[in-house]
Amino acid sequence: MSVTTLPSRARVLRQPGRLVRLFDYKPFLIVMCLAPAIGLLLVFLTYPLGLGIWLAFTDTTIGQRGIYIGLENFQYLLKDPLWWNAVFYSIFYTAVATFGKFALGFWLALLLNNHFPFKSLIRAIVLLPWIVPTVLSALAFWWIYDPQFSIISYLLVDVLHLRDSNVDFLGSPWPARFSLIAANIWRGIPFVAISLLAGLQTISPSLYEAAMLDGATSWQRFRYITFPMMMPILAIVMTFSIIFTFTDFQLVYAITRGGPVNSTHLLATLAFQRGIAGGELGEGAAIAVSMIPFLVFATLFSYFGLARRKWQQGEAND
Amino acid sequence: MTDVAASNVARAAPDTMSWDSGARRVVMIYLPLACFVLILLFPFYWMAITSFKPNAELLNYKEHNPFWITSPTLAHVKHLLFDTSYPRWLKTTMLVAIGSTFLSLFASTLAAYAIERLRFRGSPYVGLGIYLAYLVPPSILFIPLATVIVQFGLFDSPLALILVYPTFLVPFCTWLLIGYFKSIPYELEECALVDGATRLQILWRITLPLAVPGLISAGIFSFTLSWNEFIYALAFIQSGANKTVPVAILTELITGDVYQWGALMAGSLLGSLPVALFYSLFVDYYVSSLTGAVKE
Repeated sequence: MSVTTLPSRARVLRQPGRLVRLFDYKPFLIVMCLAPAIGLLLVFLTYPLGLGIWLAFTDTTIGQRGIYIGLENFQYLLKDPLWWNAVFYSIFYTAVATFGKFALGFWLALLLNNHFPFKSLIRAIVLLPWIVPTVLSALAFWWIYDPQFSIISYLLVDVLHLRDSNVDFLGSPWPARFSLIAANIWRGIPFVAISLLAGLQTISPSLYEAAMLDGATSWQRFRYITFPMMMPILAIVMTFSIIFTFTDFQLVYAITRGGPVNSTHLLATLAFQRGIAGGELGEGAAIAVSMIPFLVFATLFSYFGLARRKWQQGEAND
Repeated sequence: MTDVAASNVARAAPDTMSWDSGARRVVMIYLPLACFVLILLFPFYWMAITSFKPNAELLNYKEHNPFWITSPTLAHVKHLLFDTSYPRWLKTTMLVAIGSTFLSLFASTLAAYAIERLRFRGSPYVGLGIYLAYLVPPSILFIPLATVIVQFGLFDSPLALILVYPTFLVPFCTWLLIGYFKSIPYELEECALVDGATRLQILWRITLPLAVPGLISAGIFSFTLSWNEFIYALAFIQSGANKTVPVAILTELITGDVYQWGALMAGSLLGSLPVALFYSLFVDYYVSSLTGAVKE
């Protein structure tokens, strides 16, 4: 740190103004640099997070300050079949969609890891569903799932003659649930594939060469080299994916708005329906807060479950 | 014996290789890849083709092949641009996206510089704290945030969105930029310090110009994320004129029981074009920022 003596001499020689010197005073500069980011996050993230937890314990409605009512909101939710339904569908939606996204996304990443012509063009095309606003692609899916003019029904009925009648995608609970999951998987594949592709490219080819010399089959190479080497990045991507799938809002709100007969409500759409559309801010906040334990559990599960190898073996094997 | 085994392997190898590069490659790589590309692109194709179909063709699959247009029309686009407030929604969305992008770039550049270069005790914890903010999903925050926005008197104003979007943009940009700042040699800054430059001069004249690729990545990413944001825009904006494109299409264009699919799809197509255009110009930055942020 012999350098630090030099600039101070230079500063003395040039005698800059007081303001300039103040901005060169490190503690002041650190505070000034962190102030905008930390300020924004405190006012619009930390404070609302705390306020949300507080609101969940009050009976606030739009235009009326609530009073503290203890656990009443949560007791009400525990007896509410719609809430239980939303909990069930949120977990189901997250589990099935995450599985689909990772199975297909990993496959796509492995495909993209090969050499073939127009590789960068195809990689660019693949990311497109992730770039376009979700609500707008959700509208396209809504149109694809139209009861009368669905293009999938047209293919199945008029082109392939596999069915006699149109598929009722969104009219009854289970088909609607799976239609939404399909749309979510479609949207999620690119992110998973491109992130995992980045991970794949960091695996040293010498490992595969060594395995080939030892006579490992391609499945063994995948199982004992690719998969373990991908674990850390898989854990991170999966944590993100689970959090944002569980709290998904746009797809469901755009395509079904929770219908038919409230069968496709996720916790986020139910919170919106009760809190903003219905005006019961306290109850909506309680629904939103009830997501937190699930999120914490899912994060810990996916992160520590998948990254276990890493923290058991220590940093040396990284 | 070992010689025989070795020569067997040597003889077998070219066979598997030639099979590997031939039919096997088509079945194992090109065919699945083609399916993936087809399925990932089909909704966009369907969106585009619906926007230019006249209504007669749109709802008659018996006489018209639904996968093609026989007489394309601009009627839906015209309806959108001249009979609705679509241009206004586009303008609002653009304003919000650009405003929040610049705000978060400003805040996160300074924060990343402080964390990575002005090292102080506890700077890794500040970095971690900012990173954790990214894990708080908007679905949990929008109800209390709505009351905060009302308290500030910003309800129904695009300014509310400009101020709120940085909550998910700043954590992302900060982490991206910390990674970029790390890659800039510290010696450059030391030289400038020796020459008597102030810290802010160093940031402005040396670090920032070298971090331009990182700034572009963070910028286009922020722009895309703010353009696509939905739940806050839905909860905080009430009047039809101030809505952003994704919200307006869903709430203003859907009227009654008969959906104007042509206009809806034309609106979706036009609303996707700016980000798609942006994307096509900066593909490599997107990929590098996406993968860079995950790897950090």
